Amino acid sequence: MLEIRNLQLEFHSDQQTVRAVDGVSFAIAPGETLGLVGESGSGKSVTALSIGRLLRTPPAFHAGGEIFLDGRDVLKASKRELRQLRGRGVSYIFQEPGASLNPVFRVGAQIKESLKLHRPQAATDEEVVRLLKWVGISAPEARAKSYPHEMSGGMQQRVMIAMALAAEPKLLVADEPTTALDVTIQAQILALLKDVQQRLGMSLLLITHNLGIVGQMADRVAVMYAGQIVETAPARELLRRPLHPYTRALMNAAPRLGGTGRLANIPGNVPRPGAMPSGCRFHPRCAMARPDCSVNAPELVAIENGRQVRCPYWNSP
Amino acid sequence: MSADAPLLEVRELKVYFPVKHGLLGAVRGWVKAIDGVSFEIAAGETLGLVGESGCGKTTLGRAIARLVKIASGSVRLDGEDMAEWTGAQLRARRRKWQMIFQDPYNSLDPLMTVGDIIGEALEIHRLGSNAKERQARIKELLESVGLDGAHARSYPHEFSGGQRQRIGIARALAVDPKLIICDEPVSALDVSVQAQIINLLQDLQQQRGVAYLFVAHDLAVVERISRRVIVMYLGKVVELGPANAVVQTPRHPYTQALVSAVPEIDEQTQRARIILSGEMPSPMDPPAGCPFHPRCPMAEGRCKEEIPLLREITSRHWAACHFADRNASK
Repeated sequence: MLEIRNLQLEFHSDQQTVRAVDGVSFAIAPGETLGLVGESGSGKSVTALSIGRLLRTPPAFHAGGEIFLDGRDVLKASKRELRQLRGRGVSYIFQEPGASLNPVFRVGAQIKESLKLHRPQAATDEEVVRLLKWVGISAPEARAKSYPHEMSGGMQQRVMIAMALAAEPKLLVADEPTTALDVTIQAQILALLKDVQQRLGMSLLLITHNLGIVGQMADRVAVMYAGQIVETAPARELLRRPLHPYTRALMNAAPRLGGTGRLANIPGNVPRPGAMPSGCRFHPRCAMARPDCSVNAPELVAIENGRQVRCPYWNSP
Repeated sequence: MSADAPLLEVRELKVYFPVKHGLLGAVRGWVKAIDGVSFEIAAGETLGLVGESGCGKTTLGRAIARLVKIASGSVRLDGEDMAEWTGAQLRARRRKWQMIFQDPYNSLDPLMTVGDIIGEALEIHRLGSNAKERQARIKELLESVGLDGAHARSYPHEFSGGQRQRIGIARALAVDPKLIICDEPVSALDVSVQAQIINLLQDLQQQRGVAYLFVAHDLAVVERISRRVIVMYLGKVVELGPANAVVQTPRHPYTQALVSAVPEIDEQTQRARIILSGEMPSPMDPPAGCPFHPRCPMAEGRCKEEIPLLREITSRHWAACHFADRNASK
């Protein structure tokens, strides 16, 4: 469905060139959910935006690699092909639904606009109502006439999902879709995403910093750190037995219900894209770092059961 | 003040905001942001305050910090009614409490150096007899929050989010407060940095005996840092008890839903998920009876009419639900 090979993404400014994504590769099968996990600045969001070519050039440049969506090379696509890929190929929902909706149009009109672009034969009021109903909005006929500001954050996110579903995309990218929402509303939205995914059979790229959400939603997971993937694995296996020191540290740093004692924190901060450490990018913060970790940049290597890890010492005690 | 009197005592606190209408601002109604809340905090204790947006938790913190006017009820700090403090009396006591905010980007003046930000508090409260003494104190404060003394000459934009939160904590500590109201202090931070700040707050509490009112929406964070936890819904306390009891054996259906909605990493601990329907009603127009009844999976006829009182279900564990006794086995 989606295949990203060795993606290199740079941001150019007058002062410097910053490589935000450095050699990211992953694939998503039809109907599969991939969780893309990382902290701010890890490059997870810009990787996802590259799939629909949504980054402005300049400052963003694709310095290398390929992105195949439904068999077509996105990075080489013409404007016309891109229009087809966006929407029917890949649709997006973001963290701040309020910022993604147009404040001066009624939500029904915005969903209809999405229908006109991607499924013109279905651009009817009935279809708008059906979509709103599908995403769990009560009194959809009346709600179609509401403006975004008249809705709560949870409802706005439902509208965003309806707009994305209007195109019947093969891949839905959900970038921290519930981070701005309360936990009971988050549970509603995650259940909704799972439901619509199953009904449409679409693939889901779920970007999150929350490993609990990964466990609940994802089939497989890729963990990013400082512009690179450091570990990929089936989601359950990763959460049961994280192998990369960063994944382990991240899991220990996240407070869990019923947990006691001191949280294991990761010292220091995520490196800035302009100032990457030498060797392994995680070595300055790694509790298990050895002298050569600051010299040799480790490769992402396949180890077992479809797992990959970017640490030569993953198997050492 | 006796030795075991609470540091902070909040009694039947109410905060109402007027809803104004039209050009002349006629008051059309009242939002009952805080509707009769009572609790205490002991010296050196952390009380967690959880709830979803709009439940009133931030307003409660701000009302205690005297940033919002209270409608009725009382807030006593060190045995004294805070509402009675005015003028010089108030100034002399202001250093007893401080606040830390969610957004470390917006709560520090970008035009002031870190040293000036912390030094300002020292000057206002005339702590340190001269500039040299104050400089030494600033250095010591920065080091106590894990920063370098030399950072005093830097500006806020030169720091990461986690470091800025450390600056905010150093500023709060500058006046040696007895109570710090922490309003979502780690919600804007990455997981790895969040753990650093939580640990720092715990260390500082042990060293200095400062009490925290820790306001947050993340139940796991609140459980970790708090001795006791309050759960709020629509301006009211629905549950109050020891942190582990509230999380492990919640007695209010709302708390049960909150706990079950937290996405868990461990398979073993994954609970049967209770997905609530709908959203929290507007505090302008709260439902009759139990404020939670329209969303409650176990609501009965009585819940629509009778407001449940907060009552002690087991020792030191309170819940405001007519059926809290039978909610035990969750």
